Amino acid sequence: MASVARTASIHMPTHHVHDELLMDYAAGACGEAESLLIATHLAMCPLCRDAVDELDIVGGTLLDDLSPMAMSDGSLDAILNRLDEDPADHPAAPVAAPMCGDMTVPRPLRDYLDADLDALSWRPVMRGLEEYAVPIGTKASRTKLLRIGPGVAVPAHTHKGNELTLVLRGGFEDGRGHFLGGDVAITDSHIEHAPVADLGEPCVCLTVIDAPLKLTGKIGRLLNPFVRF
Amino acid sequence: MAATYVLEAWRGLPLNAGMATNEGSGNRNGRAGGAQSNGASGAAMSMERLIVAVGENRDRQAFSAVFAHFAPRIKAYLMRTGCEAGAAEEVVQEAMVALWRRADRFDPAQANASTWVFTIARNKRIDMLRRERRPEVDPEDPALVRDPEVPADRTIESAQESDRVRSAVAALPAEQGDLLRMAYYEDKAHSVIAQEKGLPLGTVKSRIRLAMARLRKSLSEG
Repeated sequence: MASVARTASIHMPTHHVHDELLMDYAAGACGEAESLLIATHLAMCPLCRDAVDELDIVGGTLLDDLSPMAMSDGSLDAILNRLDEDPADHPAAPVAAPMCGDMTVPRPLRDYLDADLDALSWRPVMRGLEEYAVPIGTKASRTKLLRIGPGVAVPAHTHKGNELTLVLRGGFEDGRGHFLGGDVAITDSHIEHAPVADLGEPCVCLTVIDAPLKLTGKIGRLLNPFVRF
Repeated sequence: MAATYVLEAWRGLPLNAGMATNEGSGNRNGRAGGAQSNGASGAAMSMERLIVAVGENRDRQAFSAVFAHFAPRIKAYLMRTGCEAGAAEEVVQEAMVALWRRADRFDPAQANASTWVFTIARNKRIDMLRRERRPEVDPEDPALVRDPEVPADRTIESAQESDRVRSAVAALPAEQGDLLRMAYYEDKAHSVIAQEKGLPLGTVKSRIRLAMARLRKSLSEG
């Protein structure tokens, strides 16, 4: 269990998941990794939650408007028979041995963690920066938690693909804005950014990258071969 | 994604004047007419009652009626996303069984029937065809951040709301409606849609945004 009860200072996110991505989430077009990040943001953001509710209504409306395609003969009977055979109800959630018991971590993410944030097997990347690879079945993107020490500056970098970053604890500044709990920063291959963590507690973020990043600063380039986050 | 920082999106922004000009007159009656004016909403209402009957009484006749309406639509949805007929019917079967099992948790005050069925079908598609989980918000999660300004039990006038969305979707300019359907039903990234339509990606995104802004506006009016 969480060793320290955190006093949750409620921050209403000001940096949101943009609408095309919310629509992809509602439509079911996002991969699991992106969906995890979006759903975790939704848990922290009532505004985007409302938006997704509305997008689900759009999905239902479109479903109603489709021209029906006839089911083959006997398909209803086949299902009715299954209702007979199969009265047992909701499948139990898969039992993962160790679990994250920190109830301040929103549920969608909590289900993917096998320990509290502080107890995960963090891997040092460089001074003041650690990562934890979130086990997720999607090949195309990388899903990590990053823990950045107070005041630590991450070397400037760009990405080959897109990076979504959701702040879970603490905050950071990256020249485009100040990101706090629940906020989402989105960068693509054209944006170079160099986040600096706030002073105070370490900044913990969930990031999803769909291609490896490239360090761009002088020192960063030297580190390139060693860094994968 | 670069556009993200420029767009403050559709949230709370008034629609621009350009969009108002191509608004047809055909969608006015939907709002004024209320539930009795259009057959589709009547059907949607009864679908809700039928699902409640399935949940409360394990009513097989009601279930068969729900099947007759939704199964061929779920199949059409799956086939539009690129699924062949046999696999589509398998997913329909699982979705309908899930509907049977979850019907007791269906709350017509929270969602209309087609929205609820859409979410079940979508999740079954992800589960069975992509073999992935779909992370979702748990409304009971103690970590859920609630808006202090909005009462937690805000209920949606679901039938009316779905009428409004339906009129709004019908009133979209053809190319916006088209893109919306492609985004929802063909499981295609916006960049792929852009390629197929021979449009710049920015144009696809801005048209989808326009479509969403119109829908959003139709929901906030009431």
